[in-house]
Amino acid sequence: MTHALEIKSLKKIYKGGFQALKSIDLTVDKGDFFALLGPNGAGKSTTIGVITSLVNKSHGQVKVFGYDIDTDLEKAKSFIGLVPQEFNFNQFEPLMNILVNQAGYYGVERKVAIERAEKYLKQLELWDKRDAAARMLSGGMKRRLMIARALMHEPQILILDEPTAGVDIEVRRSMWDFLRELNKQGITIILTTHYLEEAEMLCRNIAIINGGEIVENTTMKALLAQLDVETFVFDLSPHEKGLSLTDTVYRVIDDHTLEVDINKSQSLNHVFTQLTEQNINVLSMRNKSNRLEALFVNLISTKEPSKEVN
Amino acid sequence: MNNAIALKSILTKETQRFLRIWIQTLVPPAITISLYFIIFGSLIGSRIGEMGGFDYMSFIVPGLIMMTVITNSYSNVASSFFSAKWQRNIEEMLVAPVPNWVIVAGYVGGGMARGILVGLIVTSVSLLFVDIKIHNIWVIIATVSLTSATFSLGGLINAIFANSFDDISIIPTFVLTPLTYLGGVFYSISLLPEFWQGVSQINPIVYMVNAFRYGFLGISDVNIVTAFLVIGFFIVTLFTIAMTLINKGIGLRS
Repeated sequence: MTHALEIKSLKKIYKGGFQALKSIDLTVDKGDFFALLGPNGAGKSTTIGVITSLVNKSHGQVKVFGYDIDTDLEKAKSFIGLVPQEFNFNQFEPLMNILVNQAGYYGVERKVAIERAEKYLKQLELWDKRDAAARMLSGGMKRRLMIARALMHEPQILILDEPTAGVDIEVRRSMWDFLRELNKQGITIILTTHYLEEAEMLCRNIAIINGGEIVENTTMKALLAQLDVETFVFDLSPHEKGLSLTDTVYRVIDDHTLEVDINKSQSLNHVFTQLTEQNINVLSMRNKSNRLEALFVNLISTKEPSKEVN
Repeated sequence: MNNAIALKSILTKETQRFLRIWIQTLVPPAITISLYFIIFGSLIGSRIGEMGGFDYMSFIVPGLIMMTVITNSYSNVASSFFSAKWQRNIEEMLVAPVPNWVIVAGYVGGGMARGILVGLIVTSVSLLFVDIKIHNIWVIIATVSLTSATFSLGGLINAIFANSFDDISIIPTFVLTPLTYLGGVFYSISLLPEFWQGVSQINPIVYMVNAFRYGFLGISDVNIVTAFLVIGFFIVTLFTIAMTLINKGIGLRS
């Protein structure tokens, strides 16, 4: 079966000897919504750079829809749409020109390009700004412009490097809906993000990279299943006496806030029952932290990368 | 077909760029050339008398046009390509399936478009001061096109190596301007002592200016065939260097 992306033994050693990638292997299936997570400097952007030919690899093989970037680079590139981390368009150029010219680089006729530009500018709520210079856009608009630009040649695989960085929550959520819709249409999406909630909400499969090595590569479901304990925060009604719970790890934060650690074998009913018996009402309840974040921190701290070899 | 569309897109982008900032790119050469005509033509030229059998104003017109073409072709590609590197929008082309020769051809085409357009503007301004004769239109077209391509390639190579905006002004200031002024724009090299005539022969701009002047006036300090061979040599050499640098990703890929 041909995969959307196949990476084998990929290494990158920069001038000066820094080894950014230490023989990574990665496979992304067609139609997947894939998250590539890692702390700053882990190798995410270098990996994307190699896939898109902006970074020369030192060793290994990369195939995009079966086309090797060493032997069929132009064919491989034609499948990819890239939304880079930093704004990389001409700040002085009008939006329409940026999109139409970009389509032209992929061999899309000007007439078709203009129609597509109108479609994506409207979908991403940028149509009113079509004749404005790119520098006049807000940060969120610039991010959306880069998404529109990446879609102009209708790629099969869309790679987004921190697409929602610095974007307010409302715009971020509308971008999520847009990306979900693209994925439904069959476009394979690879996403790097610092917002772990984003990866949890959108992605089916995930790889975690740290120090240039893949430390975890699995489904989102399987990864989250590794969580043994979750912490819940209870907002309680005012109560005169102190509370106490049996067979439960808990912390009383103040008169109306309680934190409870629930492991896989426990039921929340057990906590509710005991609180009810003590005439304490639960007004609301929430997770203390993002579940993926807890796992991520755990994985990064326990699976230390091997020592750098120059 | 795809390459043709990609080339057209780069050419369109490049042309849109210099037309968008016309006040910086198209107007100054017209003003500068007018000043040259007023000073060298009307004020000083009338006292110099004839040169090469023509009045001084007619003699310097081809050289002034060529000087403008050279400067504008070079600076267009140097500043546009370096800006694209600096703003990183060069990545738009690098991630797309555009062969490197198309990128080179697109930028050189953009430089030629500006160089030749500015050349036409300057020629039009010249008509206000002097009657322009045309001895051989094909020599004029060939010389201006090939010279413009040569210096567009030079500007591209400069931009590939440049790390700051200062780096794209060093070569025009310290190399291009002296070579142009010493390239026979304002005088016939036959006026120089024999030693300096020999030294002038290694200045490629001498061949370009003289071939261009031959197209207008039918006079030249150098053999026309030799002039075209020299220009051809520089085009092939600079194109090879530019392609090698881009293929290796110098200054573009890490």
